[in-house]
Amino acid sequence: MIDFSFFLEILPKLLAGLPLTMELALTSIVAGFVLAVTLALAQQSESPFVVLPIRGFVAVFRGTPLLVQIFLTYYGLGQFRHQLSAIGLWAVFREPYWCAIIALTLNTTAYGSEILRGAIQSVPRGLVEAARSVGLSTYLTYRHVILPLAFRQALPSYGNEIILMIKGTSLASIVTLMEVTGIAQGLIAQTYRAFEVFICAGAIYLTLNFAIIRALAALEYWMSRHLRHRPSTMSDAAS
Amino acid sequence: MVDAFRLLGFQHGGWGAALLMAASVTVLLSVLGFALGAVFGGLAAAGRLRNSKVLRFLALGYCTVFRGVPDLLTIYLLYYGGSVALTSLGHSLGGSGFVGVPAFATGTLAIAIISGAYQAEVYRGAYLAIDQGQHDAACALGLNRLQRLRQVIFPQLLRYALPGLGNVWQLVLKDSSLISVIGLVELMRQAQIAAGSTREPFIFYIAAALLYLAIASVTGHAFYRLERKAPWRVRSA
Repeated sequence: MIDFSFFLEILPKLLAGLPLTMELALTSIVAGFVLAVTLALAQQSESPFVVLPIRGFVAVFRGTPLLVQIFLTYYGLGQFRHQLSAIGLWAVFREPYWCAIIALTLNTTAYGSEILRGAIQSVPRGLVEAARSVGLSTYLTYRHVILPLAFRQALPSYGNEIILMIKGTSLASIVTLMEVTGIAQGLIAQTYRAFEVFICAGAIYLTLNFAIIRALAALEYWMSRHLRHRPSTMSDAAS
Repeated sequence: MVDAFRLLGFQHGGWGAALLMAASVTVLLSVLGFALGAVFGGLAAAGRLRNSKVLRFLALGYCTVFRGVPDLLTIYLLYYGGSVALTSLGHSLGGSGFVGVPAFATGTLAIAIISGAYQAEVYRGAYLAIDQGQHDAACALGLNRLQRLRQVIFPQLLRYALPGLGNVWQLVLKDSSLISVIGLVELMRQAQIAAGSTREPFIFYIAAALLYLAIASVTGHAFYRLERKAPWRVRSA
């Protein structure tokens, strides 16, 4: 029943979409992380003029489907062709590639900033006060105390978000980008062998996700050096 | 702006009624998918908590595959795979031609399978959060297996699972938009149809986004109330 030659035939075709999948994911995750850190830090501000717009942005992008966000960027903004041309942005919004990246980035920014905001809040207040009392400036406190601890704390949740983004890149196929899922859909429609194509494409995604999970676990291990081999007297003092 | 009101209105030429109808399809699809997903998730969680290696392996495999593979692929698998299976069944019964699977049923099943994989983790975590003393006490009272589950374990499990289930519900609601790719006229698909026929994609996708947001916040608030306001909430120490 299972035909291995068919697997060998479709695997290279599906793998041809992997660079695009990884490109979409990597670009939006990196850009999204930078924006998420910025928004999480900005929300430490007391001013409602800073906090409320960010809250609104986060609520909208977390509360609506990614597909709507991609369609709104690609088809919705495409309606404003003349205005976008006038400010020189039409070249960006004309391309499904950039529209997908913009939508994916904003989506992951919203989720990421919430994860990081929670992580920053989880840093014990005593540590911040200690840092200030030894004379660290606000900048240095963030740089050496709050952010390293917050990143460590955020890592497991951020890892989940990264996996969700890898899955999210599949929606780019709906705006004509031929990444792994797009190619898979084409192959299914051509051959009507949905099960085999699903196994093959699914294996590609699972391998990718597995590699990411292992890499993040290694990063987490590296970032929690201070939690290992800790003398017992120190743990009492720290808690 | 006047144009937007006319397009989204309820009078002749307005799409308001169609969008609201489609939104109710989205809610129905999500609710049914979530409920069926609770069955799959419950079975998978039970499998992962069993001593049998085979059951644990199967349950872990189910959770890993459907949480790791893009939801679109799962939807394509069920839609095309289901159609091929139905067509060959039709041919073996002497029929001819192509038989498509119904989009609503396929969509519900897809959401159930995907959300089940996520719900399994929630139920498993909630089960493990129950104090061992509760199991021991239930045994000591002489309750049999079914009574222990029904009267002692389930009520507590539900309390611990509720916050996680709220997250999965939000995921399900947004995932239901993907069912539009197999042609089911839910909110997303209806917005596409309206956008196509009026050439006003911006207005209709914004309207769809707002409707999703409204459904998400109303149902999110309901989960919040269940969690916080219910008399049977977990008392924090």
